[in-house]
Amino acid sequence: MVDVKTLLQELREEPYEKIVIRAPHAGTVEFVSSTPGTRVVGPSGTWKEKPGTLLIRLEREKNKKPIYAPQKGEIMALADLKPGEFVQAGQELMTIRHYLTREEVIGRILRQSLFLFLAPEKGRYYFIPDVDIKIKTKGSQSVAVEEGLELFILSRMKRETAIRYTGPSGIIYAIYFDTNDSVERESPLIGVCPEDQLGQIQEVVSRVQSDWEEQD
Amino acid sequence: MDIEKRTQELRDRLKYVQDIFGPDENSNVSMLDAKLNEFILREPSLTKQEVIRQLETLEELFRFLEKKLERELTPMNKVRIVRHPQRICLKDILENVYDNYTEIGGQDDYSIDPSMLIARAYVTRKRGKKVHNQPVMVIGQEKGHGQEFRNGGSVKPWGNAKALHYMKVAETENIPIHTYIFTPGSYPIEDYPGAAQQIAKNLYEMAGLKVPIVAVISEGGSGGAEAIGLADTRIMMSHGYYSVISPEGAAAIEGRLRGGQRADLKLIERCADQLKMTADDNKAMGYIDWKIHEPELGARPEHYDFFRKLRKAVIASTDEIVLNVSGMRMLRSFALKRHKGANVYVRWTLSTRAKERLLWVRYLKFRRMAQGAYLDKRHWFSRGSEALGEVCSSLYSYFRYDLLGRQRKKVSELAEDVHAEIQVVMGRSARYWGKVLSKLFFKKDKKEVDKEELTTLTPWNGSDQNLGQWQYISPQAKEDQSITCPNAGVHGCLDQWAPDLFGEWAGVCSFCGHHFPMEYQWYIHNIFDPGSVREIFSEIESINPLQFDGFDLKLDEAKRRTGHKCGCMTFEARIEGTTVMVAMFMAAFRGGSVGAAEGEKFIRAMERARKKQLPFLSYVHGTAGIRIQEGVNGVIQMPRCTMAVRRYSEAGGLYLVLYDTNSYAGPVASFLGCSPYQFAVRSANVGFAGPGVIKETTGLDIPPNYHNAFQALSRGHIQGIWDRREIRHNLVQSLQTMGGRNLYYR
Repeated sequence: MVDVKTLLQELREEPYEKIVIRAPHAGTVEFVSSTPGTRVVGPSGTWKEKPGTLLIRLEREKNKKPIYAPQKGEIMALADLKPGEFVQAGQELMTIRHYLTREEVIGRILRQSLFLFLAPEKGRYYFIPDVDIKIKTKGSQSVAVEEGLELFILSRMKRETAIRYTGPSGIIYAIYFDTNDSVERESPLIGVCPEDQLGQIQEVVSRVQSDWEEQD
Repeated sequence: MDIEKRTQELRDRLKYVQDIFGPDENSNVSMLDAKLNEFILREPSLTKQEVIRQLETLEELFRFLEKKLERELTPMNKVRIVRHPQRICLKDILENVYDNYTEIGGQDDYSIDPSMLIARAYVTRKRGKKVHNQPVMVIGQEKGHGQEFRNGGSVKPWGNAKALHYMKVAETENIPIHTYIFTPGSYPIEDYPGAAQQIAKNLYEMAGLKVPIVAVISEGGSGGAEAIGLADTRIMMSHGYYSVISPEGAAAIEGRLRGGQRADLKLIERCADQLKMTADDNKAMGYIDWKIHEPELGARPEHYDFFRKLRKAVIASTDEIVLNVSGMRMLRSFALKRHKGANVYVRWTLSTRAKERLLWVRYLKFRRMAQGAYLDKRHWFSRGSEALGEVCSSLYSYFRYDLLGRQRKKVSELAEDVHAEIQVVMGRSARYWGKVLSKLFFKKDKKEVDKEELTTLTPWNGSDQNLGQWQYISPQAKEDQSITCPNAGVHGCLDQWAPDLFGEWAGVCSFCGHHFPMEYQWYIHNIFDPGSVREIFSEIESINPLQFDGFDLKLDEAKRRTGHKCGCMTFEARIEGTTVMVAMFMAAFRGGSVGAAEGEKFIRAMERARKKQLPFLSYVHGTAGIRIQEGVNGVIQMPRCTMAVRRYSEAGGLYLVLYDTNSYAGPVASFLGCSPYQFAVRSANVGFAGPGVIKETTGLDIPPNYHNAFQALSRGHIQGIWDRREIRHNLVQSLQTMGGRNLYYR
C-alpha cells in the first residue's frame, strides 16, 4: 500500500521536475539563454507546433541545430562550457527546473497509488451495460471490481468481445478512455484503488486542488 | 413625426458618408456633421415653419455635398461602399429587378451555405398583347445587410458546389444564368470539396456551359468572384471593385507583414489605388463589357431607379448574347447595338448550333483579354513566320491525324473486328491443331511454360533504374555540411551529408522519405530524355502593366537571377521517346506567381499541344498564386487558362498536373485544379490559402500539416503522391494509361 501522504510530502519538498538537456550529438555549443533563473517556455499551439524557447545551438559539420526548451520552467544550471566549445554526444548541457502543476501532481500521486488496468488490444472499449448505467447514474467510484469480473466490451471491426478485469479488487477511481475513440494497446483504461484507500486519496487530491501553488 | 423621420434620414446619410470616407479628414464631411448637429441643437427653439425651411436647406446641402463627394471618391472609398451593410444585396436585386422569384437550395440560415443564394426567377416582357415570362437562374453571393450567418458573402466550398449544381440545372433546362458577385473572396478551407478545387471545377464547367451567362460585379474578390464570374457578358457596378486581392491583403504582402499584423492605412489606400480595381479601370483594360452608373455614393436598397437600370442591363445583355449566336437576328442586333435596352423581344433558348457558337464566342472573348499585359518583343517577321508555322502545323495535324489518321483508325478498327470474327471460327480448331503439332514436335505444353515462368527468377533489367546516377546534380550537393531532416524529431532521422543527400539520394531523406526542395533544373534534366528539351515561346516577357510601385525593379531582379523572362517555361520534351508539351511554373521567379505572360504562354502551349495531339504536363515547381502586382490582368488568367484546358481536354488530350514544393491560390483554383489527373511530389503542399490567411479570414487554427500532399490525397484533391526518383517512371506509366482518344501515339 502506497503512503500517499508521504508521497505528497516528498512532492512538496521538491515541487519541480529536473529536465536535463543533453547534446543529441557531438558538436560545438553556443548558449542562447545562458543565465540561470531565466524563464523558458515549452512548445505551444493547439498542435504544439510552435517550438519552445531557443536554449542552445549545437553545430556539427556547418549544421547549426537548435535545441528548444521541452517544458515550461526556468534555467537551473548550465554546464561549464565556453562558447564554441566541443561537446560529446550525451554530454549534459543544461538543467531546467519545471515546476509541477496541480494536474501533474495529482497525476503522479494517482499513478503511484492506483492500479492501472491496461487495454489488452487496440480497439473501442465500452463498459458492459450494467456497469455503464451505474457509472452514468452514480459515478465511477460506485463500481467495485474484482478479479474475473466481466467489465468491458472490446469492439473491433464490428466484432465484440467481453473483457474480464484482472487485478486487485477495489473501486474504479478514474476512467481514462472515451467510448468514441479507438484505444491503443497497453493504454490505461481504468485506475482502481483499494476501497479502504479511497478516502485518503480523495482527501489528498482535494488538498492538492486547493493548496498547491502553481508557479508561473 | 415627419420632421423626426427626415432628421433621422439625414443622420443615417451622414453616418453612411462618414463610414465611406473612413478616418480621413474631409472638410465636406465635417461641414455636413457640423450643420446637422447645429440644426439638431437649435431645433427645439425653432418654429415649425423654420424647422421645415432649415430642414429643406439641409437636405439640399446634403444633396449638393454628396454630389461633390462622389467626385472625390478614391478606390478605397469604393471598397468601403461595397462592404457597407447598406449596400444593395442580392435579395434586393431579386425583389426589384425580377418580376418573380423562388429561392432554391436553402432559405436564409437553413442552407448548406447561406452566403450563396440561388433563385429561379423570371422576367416578364410584354410585346403587343402577348406576355412572355422568361425564366432565368439567378446565382450569387448574399451579404444580407450585415446578417452574420451570411459570412459577408465569403462562400464555402460546398456553397460554390451548390452554385455549380444549379448552373447545370439551368443548362439542362436551357435557360440563361445571371450571376451576381458580392464577395470579398472565397472561404479558404480545404474540407471537401476544397476551396481551390471547387472553384477550379466551377470554372471548368462554366467554360462549357451551353447557356448564356451574364455576370454582374459589385464586389469581385479574386477566386471567390471567379467561381461564378466566367460569363459571356460581364457588367460592373460603377462603385464596385474587381480585384486579384483585397487592398488589405495586398498591403500585408507589400509590407511583408506576418502573424496578423495590420498594415497602415496609407499603404492600404496606395495598394487600392495601384491595383486598378474600379469599374473604370476594368472597363479600360477590357475585363468588363459594361459599367452601370450607380447613384451618388453607391446604390442602396431605396434607389429604385438603379434597379430599373440594372434590369435593363441584364435583359439587354442576355438578348445580345443570344442574338450574337442565333441565326435570325439582324434587325434586333442592330437595334440593341444602337441603344442598350432597346425594346426588342428575344427568345432566350438556344438551338444546338447556337450553343456551339456560344462556347466558341466565349472562348474567343477570354482568349483576347490581357493582350497588352505582357511583352512580346519579336520582330514582325518572326511573328509572321511563327504564325505561318502554326498554320502549317495545323494543316499537317489535320492531314496527319484527322484526315489520314481517322481513315487509318477506321481501317485498323475494321481489321480488329475481322480478326476477332475469324478467331471465333478458327479458335477451336486452332487449339486442337496446336496441341497435335506441339505433341508431334515435342514442344513444351503451355502449362509447363507457365510453371517455368512462375518458378524461375526473372532476369534483372537495370535499364530503368538509374542507381543514383543523375544527369543533373543540385548545387546544394556541393556544400560540405550535414543536413537535419525536419522530421528528425518525430522519426529520429539522423543527419545526412549534403553531397549524399542532394546528389545520389536526389534530395530524399533516406530515413523517412522527406523530400527536400530541389531546383527546377533537376527535373528538366533528370525526368526528360537527355537533349530532348526544346523551349518554345521564350520571347514572352512579364511586365508591370499597372505600373505598380517598385515592381519593375523586382521583375528585373527575378529575370536577372533566373535568366528567364517570366515564371513559366514552356517546352516540348520527350520521355522514353514520347513527346510531351510541358508548362513549368518556377518558384524561383517571383515565387512562381502567375501573371499575364505566364497565362499567355500556358494557353499558347495548350493550343499547340492540341494541334499536335501531344499530352500536356503542368509541372508546378512552386506557385504562390496569381501575381498581385498585375491586378486583374493576373486574375483573368484563371478563366482564360481554364478555358484553354477545357478546349484541349475536349479535343481528346491528356492533361497531367504535378505539384512540387508549395502550390497555392489562383492557379490551383483554376487551370491546375481542374485536371482529372493531379499528382504531387512527396512533401509538397497544395491548397488555397496559407495558414496566416486562413487564421485571419476564418479565425480557425489549422494543424501544421493541413496542406500536406497526403492530406490533399485524403481529401480527394489529388490522385496520387510520387517519389521524386520515380517521376520519370510514373510519367511514362501515366502517358500510357491515362488521357483521351486524340494523342498522337495512341
